[in-house]
Amino acid sequence: MVELKLRILDLLKEDARTDAETVATMLGASREDVEAAIAELEAEHVIVKYAAVINWAKVNESVTALIEVQITPERGRGFDAIAERIYLYPEVNSVFLMSGAYDLLVEVQGRTLQEVASFVSNRLSPIDRVLSTKTHFILKKYKHDGIIFEDREEDRRMMISP
Amino acid sequence: MESTSQSSKSMKNYLTPTVRDIPPSGIRKFFDLVSGSKDIISLGVGEPDFATPWHVRDAAVVSLERGYTKYTPNSGLLELREEIVRYLHENFRITYDPVKEVIVTIGGSEAIDLALRALISPGDEILIPEPCYISYSPITTLSGGVVVGIETTAKDNFKLTAEALKAKITPQSKLLVLCYPSNPTGGIMTYEDFLPIAKLVEEHDLIVISDEIYAELTYGQKHVSFASLPGMKDRTLVVSGFSKAFAMTGWRMGYVCGHPDLIAAMLKIHQYTVMCAPVMGQVAALEALQNGMEEKDRMMESYNQRRRLIVKGFRDIGLDCHEPQGAFYAFPSIASTGLTSEEFAQRLVAEARVAAVPGNVFGLGGEGHIRCSYATSVTQLNEALDRISQFVRRLKEI
Repeated sequence: MVELKLRILDLLKEDARTDAETVATMLGASREDVEAAIAELEAEHVIVKYAAVINWAKVNESVTALIEVQITPERGRGFDAIAERIYLYPEVNSVFLMSGAYDLLVEVQGRTLQEVASFVSNRLSPIDRVLSTKTHFILKKYKHDGIIFEDREEDRRMMISP
Repeated sequence: MESTSQSSKSMKNYLTPTVRDIPPSGIRKFFDLVSGSKDIISLGVGEPDFATPWHVRDAAVVSLERGYTKYTPNSGLLELREEIVRYLHENFRITYDPVKEVIVTIGGSEAIDLALRALISPGDEILIPEPCYISYSPITTLSGGVVVGIETTAKDNFKLTAEALKAKITPQSKLLVLCYPSNPTGGIMTYEDFLPIAKLVEEHDLIVISDEIYAELTYGQKHVSFASLPGMKDRTLVVSGFSKAFAMTGWRMGYVCGHPDLIAAMLKIHQYTVMCAPVMGQVAALEALQNGMEEKDRMMESYNQRRRLIVKGFRDIGLDCHEPQGAFYAFPSIASTGLTSEEFAQRLVAEARVAAVPGNVFGLGGEGHIRCSYATSVTQLNEALDRISQFVRRLKEI
């Protein structure tokens, strides 16, 4: 079951819209087993969501920044409480706890540079225990989560070959 | 002086009759038919849909930057030959001497040409199980050999049976050409399948050219090299390459291994015709063998998924489809439609915008089938299956 689950995840990672029937055929498994495995993966929150990967730069002007945040951890709760206070803002795309020179890496998206800047100065920096922030604006996204954003390599094969 | 593109005088009389009379490949004819057409989904492509893994391409780029742009030894870079030998030993339990028993060739195709040319005397009979890859028979003819086709069928999963082989052996029989896993059928031969064949090869003193280019692409069971059968190593020339396993078709990198006497003779032809395989390709091939196995496994798994999809697709449509256990082709029967392979394939392009290769171009036993490559995206495969399904339904309504 564990192996089947991993193989299902590999397939759905490529195309979340693949239906259970097709997944079953492609993996040589029964439809019932695949449906049960997917149900479990959803219940366990391994499959968190079936979402499209979108290259926003093609549809609207938006600005994304990666912000290095240094914080003092809270007694008893470590970094989690502060991380939560940050990730609950809808402007925040992702938050990672990091090893190294800073503690949290926060990805923030906004419509304009000013919007992101004001989020940092009005929301993020004033949080108790946030010691410092360092904001890096993303100029171009080439690849994200294993997916290349630029136009893919086209099929250069001849239509018929031996 | 003006030159015209159309020559007035026929030059055909200057050609040797042998070359003049060889028919052009049936695949070529079909290629001309579909090329230029728009919106066609092609299942007619005999190569992987993946680009060569990036680390392999990068290795070649770096080698060019460093100026690796010279001839290599005739039989290829020693390091590559050593790696090929290690790979064959670890995977297929066959042992070769990298110095005397290996030539790196320009694709498996050159290796096949070298082998046939080095071994055929005029009048020799060359046993070729069919349907099979299209080049064995013309090269045999070019070398003065006589092609003796042996029909294999879906009923036997396109395996070569001892009975079928025995029926075609004569005192003139010299060579047996094996191509398993098979293009176009996807059939494979197991160790047990090979045993009685090896016995006949021994009894009738045959040499075997074993084209194992699809060795890495088997599903469910590991490939068996014919050379690994008892007593067969000296009698077998193993032809293989990098095209299919590592998605390197355009690099034209292959190799051949065998008895030093045979290899030495083939090396003479190789050195006088091509000198050596291109060095950048050899560097890339070396990188593929050393670091490419993980990526190869990923590609394999992906072919396997699509294999299951297409076989089920054809069966759901109502076309008989034996289960291919190697390569990346399905070879369904279209006999139930009442059309010939050519008619089916031509109408499939015209009426359903799907290209597949008519089975008859692959020789005996190919009529009544079409070759469909599943090395194409799942989306395309599903769309192609939908179109074929509608096409077949329309055919059966009439």
